[in-house]
Amino acid sequence: MVTMLDERQVKNIRLTREEIKRYGRHLIIPEVGLEGQKKLKAAGVLIVGAGGLGSPLALYLAAAGIGRIGIVDFDVVDASNLQRQVLHTTRDVGRPKLQSAKEHMEALNPNVAVDTYPTSLNSENALEIFEPYDVIVDGTDNFPTRYLVNDACVLLGKPNVYGSIFRFEGQASVFATKEGPCYRCLYPEPPPPGLVPSCAEGGVLGVLPGIVGTIQANETVKLLLGIGNPLVGRLMLFDALEMQFRELKLRKNPECPVCGNNPSITELIDYQAFCGVTPGPKVDGNEFEITVEEFKRKLDDGEDVFVLDVREPHEYEIVNIGGMLIPLGELPNRVRELDSARSIVVHCHVGGRSRRAVEFLREIGFRKARNLAGGIDKWAEKVDTSLARY
Amino acid sequence: MKVTLRLFSIAKEMAGFEEREVEVASGAQAGAVLDILTGLNPRFTDWRGSLRLAVNQEYVPEGHLLRPGDEVAIIPPVSGG
Repeated sequence: MVTMLDERQVKNIRLTREEIKRYGRHLIIPEVGLEGQKKLKAAGVLIVGAGGLGSPLALYLAAAGIGRIGIVDFDVVDASNLQRQVLHTTRDVGRPKLQSAKEHMEALNPNVAVDTYPTSLNSENALEIFEPYDVIVDGTDNFPTRYLVNDACVLLGKPNVYGSIFRFEGQASVFATKEGPCYRCLYPEPPPPGLVPSCAEGGVLGVLPGIVGTIQANETVKLLLGIGNPLVGRLMLFDALEMQFRELKLRKNPECPVCGNNPSITELIDYQAFCGVTPGPKVDGNEFEITVEEFKRKLDDGEDVFVLDVREPHEYEIVNIGGMLIPLGELPNRVRELDSARSIVVHCHVGGRSRRAVEFLREIGFRKARNLAGGIDKWAEKVDTSLARY
Repeated sequence: MKVTLRLFSIAKEMAGFEEREVEVASGAQAGAVLDILTGLNPRFTDWRGSLRLAVNQEYVPEGHLLRPGDEVAIIPPVSGG
């Protein structure tokens, strides 16, 4: 069983009358009790990301009476977040996520100290930000940060309560404990950039992060209390459509570059480079990409530009700018429908899939294919504001 | 021999099915199912290094020997949060 906290730390903790009333339903469970509740009060948990997973995490961990909760996020609330990010409300749109997060958590439980880190987690700041906390919870939305969180946890010897989602499916595990595997033991190599759609690109059922995030909150509380059987050495796979939980046994990889017997990674590295994310080519004056403003000028000037939309048909139905629809997955088989001599502007929703499409097209000789930076979303924001954004 | 192939998340979408019985050579390694998937959709080639294989709910390397009736699951990484 994992015991996270120094006993002396817990001994000095007292619960007020208000707290005893508030946590009454915890106090009467023998596995938690007064001692357990004091452990929670003595504990610090860091939540990385105040989004879909971060929302239930922040709320349930605050409600449970964790003494100190840190949250890292640099984003502002967007209307399209509200379908799943229940930490933020309609009136928070446009505000920093950490502001609404802190307000909401403090309203729920004023006994909790909420630390906010309005920054992008990186190799320079991660160890310092993680240091004061007992458990780190990974609610990020990208691979470089997931590897960063994992490695920082291994280096500091702190458990990484992991969760991740895609459309209707979720994964959860507890990585980087002394006895168990880490995220790199499971996925030593990141996928090539752009291959795995993000929530913004691939969509996600709004309830899903609620389920996966509460599983992470549950594991966090268990780790702090030292009760039950933590999700160590097991990857939980959840399918919301089938309503099925499956479990996969994981083993610690003795050759793991960060938690193995002879680790080659002994300090944090450049995770953007590790995941193959190169700083995007300069947008203006660059051949590969075209800004929405430049595209508009070309259309206004009557230049010959062929517009290719590589989204899915159901997205096309929501909003389109009249481009020819060939979903990215069908492009290799339908490329003959395109004329390589013409200027082609390729767009998708926000620019990720169309980037892959342009890379592919250029490889096979479409030299005049360019990616519309920011996709139809940027077009609707900057050029034609009558269009719906999703 | 026959094994059951079970796909998760993006792998399911790329292959167009969730579960299917497939034929592999007797004594085949778990990685053989990745060849089957690449045959179905060449985009699996790009993925090969980052797809995880599990046989009968246990994470295995590509070289793991398959037995008739095994369930081979393909678990791609997902990053959403």
